[in-house]
Amino acid sequence: MTRKQRRMTFVLGGMAVLAVAVGLVLTAFQDNLIFFHSPTEVHEKGIPPERRFRVGGLVVEDSVRQSGLSTSFEVTDTVHSVRITYEGILPALFREGQGIVAVGMLNGDGIFVAQEVLAKHDENYMPPEVADSLKAAGVWKGDE
Amino acid sequence: MSAEIGQFALVLALCVAVVQATLPQIGAARGNVAWMALAKPAAVMQFALVAISFAALTEAYLVSDFSVLNVAQNSHSAKPLLYKISGVWGNHEGSLLLWILILTLFGAAVALFGDNLPPGLSARVLAVQALIGIGFLLFVLLTSNPFARLDPAPLDGNGLNPLLQDPGLAIHPPFLYLGYVGLSVTFSFAVAALIEGRIDPAWARWVRPWTLAAWAFLTAGIALGSYWAYYELGWGGWWFWDPVENASFMPWLAATALLHSAIVVEKRDALKSWTILLAIVAFSLSLLGTFLVRSGVLNSVHAFATDPTRGVFILGFLLLVIGGSLTLYAVRAPALKPGGLFAPISREGGLILNNLLLSTACATVLLGTLYPLFLDALTGQKVSVGPPYFNGTFIPLMVPLVAAVAIGPMLAWKRGDLAGALGRLKAAAVLTAIAVGLAWWLLADGPILALLGVALVVWLGVGALVEFAGRLKLGRISAADSWRRAVNLPRAVYGMTLAHLGVAAMVLGITVSETWQTEVQQIVRPGDRVAVSDYEFTFEGAENLPGPNYMSLVGTFTVTRGGEPVTVLQPETRSYPNPPMQTTEAAIRTTLGGDLYAVIGEPDGNGGYAVRLYDKPLVGWIWLGSLMMMLGGFVSLTDRRHRVGAPARARVPADGALAGAGD
Repeated sequence: MTRKQRRMTFVLGGMAVLAVAVGLVLTAFQDNLIFFHSPTEVHEKGIPPERRFRVGGLVVEDSVRQSGLSTSFEVTDTVHSVRITYEGILPALFREGQGIVAVGMLNGDGIFVAQEVLAKHDENYMPPEVADSLKAAGVWKGDE
Repeated sequence: MSAEIGQFALVLALCVAVVQATLPQIGAARGNVAWMALAKPAAVMQFALVAISFAALTEAYLVSDFSVLNVAQNSHSAKPLLYKISGVWGNHEGSLLLWILILTLFGAAVALFGDNLPPGLSARVLAVQALIGIGFLLFVLLTSNPFARLDPAPLDGNGLNPLLQDPGLAIHPPFLYLGYVGLSVTFSFAVAALIEGRIDPAWARWVRPWTLAAWAFLTAGIALGSYWAYYELGWGGWWFWDPVENASFMPWLAATALLHSAIVVEKRDALKSWTILLAIVAFSLSLLGTFLVRSGVLNSVHAFATDPTRGVFILGFLLLVIGGSLTLYAVRAPALKPGGLFAPISREGGLILNNLLLSTACATVLLGTLYPLFLDALTGQKVSVGPPYFNGTFIPLMVPLVAAVAIGPMLAWKRGDLAGALGRLKAAAVLTAIAVGLAWWLLADGPILALLGVALVVWLGVGALVEFAGRLKLGRISAADSWRRAVNLPRAVYGMTLAHLGVAAMVLGITVSETWQTEVQQIVRPGDRVAVSDYEFTFEGAENLPGPNYMSLVGTFTVTRGGEPVTVLQPETRSYPNPPMQTTEAAIRTTLGGDLYAVIGEPDGNGGYAVRLYDKPLVGWIWLGSLMMMLGGFVSLTDRRHRVGAPARARVPADGALAGAGD
């Protein structure tokens, strides 16, 4: 093999790996990009059931109902609210009035069935999406 | 007083860094020996000054001097000693100071141990190192002063985030930083070589130990972080593809590639320009990681502060460093002479495949990590890229890599014999087939990925051992001769074998724990029995106990298997008053065979507690594997070839002599 042919082998090999990688990235992106919607957007956009997305807001006071391991509660951006059900142990920082983000999908009745509930790390933490949607609703009183 | 001393020392360190960054560089360009010689004492001096500054901050934490704002915000007089110390770097300002301390430590180490470096290269490396130092010192002094005073001083501090009050996390940042910042040395060497316009095998020999050390520390840092997530977050998971995790994982991938490509430069004087690029990219990814984590772009336990000026400063610095070094690369790299030739099937070819797959994987992780940020900045749409994306792109790229790791070391330099190498792997192939058959039978129709994982483990594990046995000529010569060969084998070979076996151990842990784990979530009352795989957990009850600076809800489970007592697990939920917060402390019984893992949640008000119980077979092998990789790195580091006389520069440019040999 001449020097040129060898170089071509490496270039073609590299391109092949890159092509595979691009293919993997595109397929993975198609299925796994998860959008965030505020409760208002959930009401206005009419998101079809069985599509995974994230919703977040403040947990409405007195909305939490628990039976065994399943919990049902509402989150709000103060304009609209969405009812969420979750099966499992909630994070230690889950509280009424706390900002949370849930990952899951709507069922046929417009109830959001969460597969994961995130309430992170400390009492001052506000998920950025929740902060933004509260700002959009005009009620954010944070220092940012 | 100590705070003022600390700040003053930092300002002095900045002055020293400015001298170190300029005069030696100019001296090297003009051949002025005296100016070049300035670099070494300056590097040591800079380290000493930063060390004084760091000691001053540590002292403020130890005596709980709450007139220092940083201490008041992040410490508390009731904190145990260990967390008073680790609190120093448990916040934005202090962690940056630690970063600088380690940066200057590496600078001083290059100055002290780099006696065999040519004076010009040494001066340039230290000058570049000082440039990075200037950037970070300015950052601390201008935007993140850890020594700012508070008047009047509060009676007590706010306390450290309880999630960070953990021995594993106390040492996680220093290790991670040793890795991150260790890559700065490689970066400085790369930039210095570009300025000099000369890269040869000797250069690679000087760079390799630093890369190895940085890589080993980074491995340890990431493994510690992952283990912390495993037992502290209480989800039983050990890797979440969280952007913050990715931020440390990307430099690791780049450093792993660099580690391997530097071998080609050292042995064959080829892949030079690529290696330089990797060195630049690896450190750039470290900086990017710092930016992502510290700027508050990503929200997590690591984002200590969301201060836009800081973000802008780091971003500017990032652009300067990456842009500058890549521009230099673009200008100077074409002048590098191409080195030795080799066939696609050869040790070099194998290492190129390694690099190709690692850097591609690194790129897909980068894309997945940054895409949400870009989309948010451009369209305002909020998306998140979840673990399925990363698993879907990363795993397919790693599978061929792990499979190739068994073959690569068996190929000869320049032109390898693939059929011969595969022939030597016959035993591995047979054992792999048997293991897959066994797994198939155990799993009935389990996931293909699990079978693939099992296949890779056996293939790589046996392959690495066969390769090692081949070096000893085990069975082909007398045992005594084999032993002699074993004694004389370079340490680097032991390091490589250990690290590659570590990869196999890790894949084993991942595959088995993900495939065969059992998880039970339910509400239990005292006396309840819960079956988890073939174990039985009996809930004895829960009680409230005081800890040093928290209240703890402790649940007790006795675990039996077939009637025989196995262990007692006592998971806790801790409530900290300063700052008010709860953490879960999983109770874990670790054996080589697997972990039993219990988490207790809140009482449900009717005498029951929500609990999560797991049986995770072989999960510990994930960290055992990382430990083996790290040890492999350190064993390689002790190879005498890295220390003794060898890195003397060839009198004749090596590429001329070797270029012809490849055809």
